Amino acid sequence: MKDNTPMNKPSHWLDRPPNHRKLWIGFWLVLAATVAAQWWWPVYGHFSVESFFGFNALYGFGVCALMIGVAKGAALWLKRPDTYYDDTHD
Amino acid sequence: MTDFVLHPGLVLMLGALLIPFFSGWQRTVIQLALPLFALALVWQIADGPVYQVHYLDHVLTPLQGDKLSRLFATIFALMAFGGGLFALRQTSRLEVPAAYGYAGAAIGVALAGDLITMFVFWEVMAIGSTLVLWSHVSASTEKAAYRYLMMHLLGGVILFAGIVGYINETGQVAFTGMQTDSVSTWLILAGILVNAGAPPFSAWLPDAYPEASWSGTVFLSAFTTKTAVYTLIRGFPGNEVLIWIGLFMVFYGIIYALLENDMRRILAYSIINQVGFMVAGIGIGTELALNGAAAHAFTHIIYKALLLMSAGSVLMMTGRRKCSELGGLFHTMPLTTVCASIGALAISSFPLTSGFISKSMVSQAAADGHLFWVWLLMTAASAGVFLHAGIKFPWFVFFQKDSGLRPAEPPASMRWAMVFMAVLCIGLGVWPEPLYALLPYAVDYVPYTGSHVIAQLQLLLFSGLAFFVLLNFLKRTLTITLDTDWLWRRLLPAIVSILTRITQSPLARLAQWQTRSRQHLLTGIHRLMSADSALARTWSLAVMALCVLVLLFVELVLFGA
Repeated sequence: MKDNTPMNKPSHWLDRPPNHRKLWIGFWLVLAATVAAQWWWPVYGHFSVESFFGFNALYGFGVCALMIGVAKGAALWLKRPDTYYDDTHD
Repeated sequence: MTDFVLHPGLVLMLGALLIPFFSGWQRTVIQLALPLFALALVWQIADGPVYQVHYLDHVLTPLQGDKLSRLFATIFALMAFGGGLFALRQTSRLEVPAAYGYAGAAIGVALAGDLITMFVFWEVMAIGSTLVLWSHVSASTEKAAYRYLMMHLLGGVILFAGIVGYINETGQVAFTGMQTDSVSTWLILAGILVNAGAPPFSAWLPDAYPEASWSGTVFLSAFTTKTAVYTLIRGFPGNEVLIWIGLFMVFYGIIYALLENDMRRILAYSIINQVGFMVAGIGIGTELALNGAAAHAFTHIIYKALLLMSAGSVLMMTGRRKCSELGGLFHTMPLTTVCASIGALAISSFPLTSGFISKSMVSQAAADGHLFWVWLLMTAASAGVFLHAGIKFPWFVFFQKDSGLRPAEPPASMRWAMVFMAVLCIGLGVWPEPLYALLPYAVDYVPYTGSHVIAQLQLLLFSGLAFFVLLNFLKRTLTITLDTDWLWRRLLPAIVSILTRITQSPLARLAQWQTRSRQHLLTGIHRLMSADSALARTWSLAVMALCVLVLLFVELVLFGA
């Protein structure tokens, strides 16, 4: 069932570095479009903060960066080699 | 009472016993038809008790229907079908029957009208799920299965104590809404929360689930935590403590999943994260929130199964489960990649997927209830879901660096199961009305508004930006992250070991003193009594005459005076 041998086929378009740049440009355009769309479809909600222009974009980026920071901080204390429990008879 | 109907849970459980006796196409037919038959039976159950039996002084209702019960029984049967299809190539003769027993018991919990019946099925679930784990033979699985069983038996004991106390206090066995105003109801709540993966025992889930076989984890992901969600909706709606427990679970799942290297442990932590949304919704307790929690349980079972099916396919075809050893699999597993991505989009609540039409109901309920901080935290957590599961799982497994692995797609039955679940993920996202019609309360909620779609897209896509901008901080390493299971895998054994040493040393000293005393005594006796000792050796006549003279003199002094 397992076929782990590398193949020498031409690389997929996703593997070619020039396309990575194009993907990044496309991603930035989509990001800009989702924020710009708020001009035409105003975001309204129960709380006034939801109506601020680009609130969800800023909040989404900010809290994710914060969560990655918290995770890295927790890792300093909680990370162990993945063989940590191997020698125990738990 | 309504018309007699066979119990769908019992049909699935008993029918499962037939599976090991068949092979080939007969086994395939039975394996696929059984859950569908159970599903058909679920839809024969009308509202109210179907039948009742007398047990001790109580009237039990083993089968009772209402919208909430049917919703959960439906998704459990549907999940058993999807899992059974995925597991058609499973060579273990134990796993699928055990999984169907487990699914049947979950249906039994959902359709139980009283606490005693609920508890019996609850315990059968613990046994069934342990057997699913045990059916996968490996040293690590065996240990994990023992820990899993111990944890669930502990939860069962707590639940049982609560149920006995509750029946004793109230005199009723009916499973209805309860208030946490007594020790008994708190115990019931605690017993249920153990199964929900709530703190402090949450670590049982990521400890055990990833140790099952490539198909076993798919079954395990669906039933235990979601029956807990069902029982919380029925038993404890609107209990405020659940909001905070749910929010803790949401962030705990995200942080641990971000640090995890094992692809199936990432998804296990994300189960806790998603159940956290449901638990928080139950804590809010409004009709919209409870509908949201129930709908999210329904959609979650489907997309989580899809994600774990794709992970199971990768495990089966590569034999690897660590993100640090995977990557670039999209080259030769395009269908699995697409299905995993659909599951990832659904768990992230992208528009046009099932997660979007269910999770947003819970957030809306928080807003409608003017719970600003709850809403703000849930919104943050929604972004975090995309971060830890929506991108991380497909990125590290199917894209990122090219690992050089070129596995083929999994067998057809596994591909069909993934396609089935993927279609459901998209179908429910595009056309949510059939699901909304099944929810316990009438739905007056429109998920697709321009405002909601734009807000959600901004939130998710910018969390995606954070992922790629900060990718260097997320690189996988060959590490684990200590969780609360450290308490019973390391701390508790260490304490027992120290206590053993402390209590053993006085006993050891006493034993040494006894040995030394015994030796001294024996040496003394030997010195006096042995052949050449003072008492036993032959003395001279003059010495003996002197001794007799001394004795006579002593007698004269003592008695002659």
